[in-house]
Amino acid sequence: MALLSFERKYRVRGGTLIGGDLFDFWVGPFYVGFFGLTTAFFAVVGTALILYGAALGPTWNIWRISIAPPDLSYGLGLAPLAEGGLWQVITICAIGAFVSWALREVEICRKLGIGYHVPFAFGVAIFAYVTLVVIRPMLLGAWGHGFPYGIFSHLDWVSNVGYQYLHFHYNPAHMLAVSLFFTTTLALSLHGGLILSAANPGGDGTLRNKQDVVKTPEYEDTFFRDIIGYSVGTLGIHRLGLVLALNAGFWSAVCIVISGPLWNKGWPQWWNWWLDLPIWS
Amino acid sequence: MKLWIPFAAAAGVFVGAAIIFGADWDLPPVDTDQIGYRGTGMYHTLDREDQAALRLANVAPEPLYEADPEGDRAGEFYENVQVLGDLSTDEFNLFMASITEWVSPVQGCAYCHNEENLASDEVYTKVVARRMIQMTQTVNVDWQAHVAETGVTCYTCHQGQPVPANVWSRNLVPGEKGTALGWSGGQNIVNETAGNTSLPINALESYLLEDKPIRVHSLTALPNGENTATTKETEETWGLMMHMSESLGANCMTCHNSRAFNDWDQSPPQRVTAWHGIRMAREINQTYMTGLAPVFPDNRKGPEGDVLKVSCATCHNGVQKPLYGVSMLREFVDSLGTKTNTDVPDYTTYKPGETTTMSPANTTSIEPLNGAIGEDTALASAD
Repeated sequence: MALLSFERKYRVRGGTLIGGDLFDFWVGPFYVGFFGLTTAFFAVVGTALILYGAALGPTWNIWRISIAPPDLSYGLGLAPLAEGGLWQVITICAIGAFVSWALREVEICRKLGIGYHVPFAFGVAIFAYVTLVVIRPMLLGAWGHGFPYGIFSHLDWVSNVGYQYLHFHYNPAHMLAVSLFFTTTLALSLHGGLILSAANPGGDGTLRNKQDVVKTPEYEDTFFRDIIGYSVGTLGIHRLGLVLALNAGFWSAVCIVISGPLWNKGWPQWWNWWLDLPIWS
Repeated sequence: MKLWIPFAAAAGVFVGAAIIFGADWDLPPVDTDQIGYRGTGMYHTLDREDQAALRLANVAPEPLYEADPEGDRAGEFYENVQVLGDLSTDEFNLFMASITEWVSPVQGCAYCHNEENLASDEVYTKVVARRMIQMTQTVNVDWQAHVAETGVTCYTCHQGQPVPANVWSRNLVPGEKGTALGWSGGQNIVNETAGNTSLPINALESYLLEDKPIRVHSLTALPNGENTATTKETEETWGLMMHMSESLGANCMTCHNSRAFNDWDQSPPQRVTAWHGIRMAREINQTYMTGLAPVFPDNRKGPEGDVLKVSCATCHNGVQKPLYGVSMLREFVDSLGTKTNTDVPDYTTYKPGETTTMSPANTTSIEPLNGAIGEDTALASAD
């Protein structure tokens, strides 16, 4: 990847959280830093352990390799490597790598003097993962409640955990999360469409008797004011997108962490509060 | 003035309070049953407080005393003993004392008997009770695939009440002909027999009275036109499954691995027990409950005029093994664990308050509407 001519001037020293100047350098296009090293360390160890686990397992079929968490009987203790211990170490490596990556983002933000929006957003994704494999298992009292690391196996886990509560679509936080995921997609597609339409006016001269030129945000605002009476604006659409996306991830974490620790019945029965409202009951 | 703000805030506070205080939230710690291989998510989390309450609510009573099997036979000593005549008088009296404790502890003997003439069949409940004893014998003898050696007694369902707590009858919703009158296919209303979901309301009628096919699962990843089951039929099956889960305090994982609901090889063995249970409930409803329709008075029928019927909840009462697997039958093998007399009188001739002997002797016996399915048929349709 070529270094852009003006990029060199943004590559400033300082802003590190740990290690001072020691790791404050670049390798090719990549900023290293202390957290770059820890990211690489955890990622390499975790991936190697996944390969080791796959070698212990019954298949090399990429879809069916699975590193499963321990039996519930191990509770919150350590399990032998081949019986879920690998899952535990890989989980530590994964969290180490993800958090290191987020802190490396923080260091780059500090160098550039920009806000921490990107590491914060990534932090919400990490939070959702940690909820699944640390917070919820601890609340339920066993690491076995984590999800297995495998392409098909984690999907089977999601399906079965949903059916543990009979009908997961009745989970109110799941409803919110799903709605937010869809809304995020809708907002992103509207935004992408709008930007592309302004950048590619596509005029052939027939409408205004001249070749169309790339349009300004005023045109974009006018389009949305005409169609729905309001335009959120060029900065606002990005705030909206971030809020929608982070809430999608956040409410996903909520919907699974309440399933089990705070609710052991079928999710349809949660709605009894509605049936029991003093208005009609 | 922006009036919507106080209104919206009030609504938010109200709904928020209803959610926080109205929903029956649980709190950790929980106990979890691991059903499948680690990491498959085949778990069942159980709230400790709820489990303690269920244990208190499902206690099998101790036998009153031990009866002497020797001595005169009840059928010779007493009049009009049709089904339990082979018991000794002591066993017979123990059974009568026990059934009173099990079914009508408050109302006493008079719930079924004219106390002036205990032999008379003029109280309808006595005719029903006799048929229910035959039913219990059938369940214990013919349906061991479901009830095993543990078996059932009257108490399994009645638990000290003349009418078991969990029975059902046809729901009073607009029928199919009432399309313009709001026929919704029994959907989008609270189905209390299916865990308060909005799944089709008469699922129990379809599967536990009629024998509508329950299996709607496609066997291929992509549609190939072979599976003609509709979404509605799928939802009705789901309604039955909800009912079973709620009745047993179980969840889908108790019988299925959701990655392939259809596949018996991937299913826990409890699914086989449940399969027999569905057919058992069907026979009870078709043969015994519906068969007694002429005897039941209107106040013992549902709003549509059909008799009250059994579901999984009738026996299970919220636990996977009724009464936590305690076998009350053990003390009553002679009376409830053996088929003694399977003759059925013609119930249409019954006149409450007048008929003193309701016996099949002078009427033709009725064949069961739909007897137990032969084992070969059962296994052939099992997969």
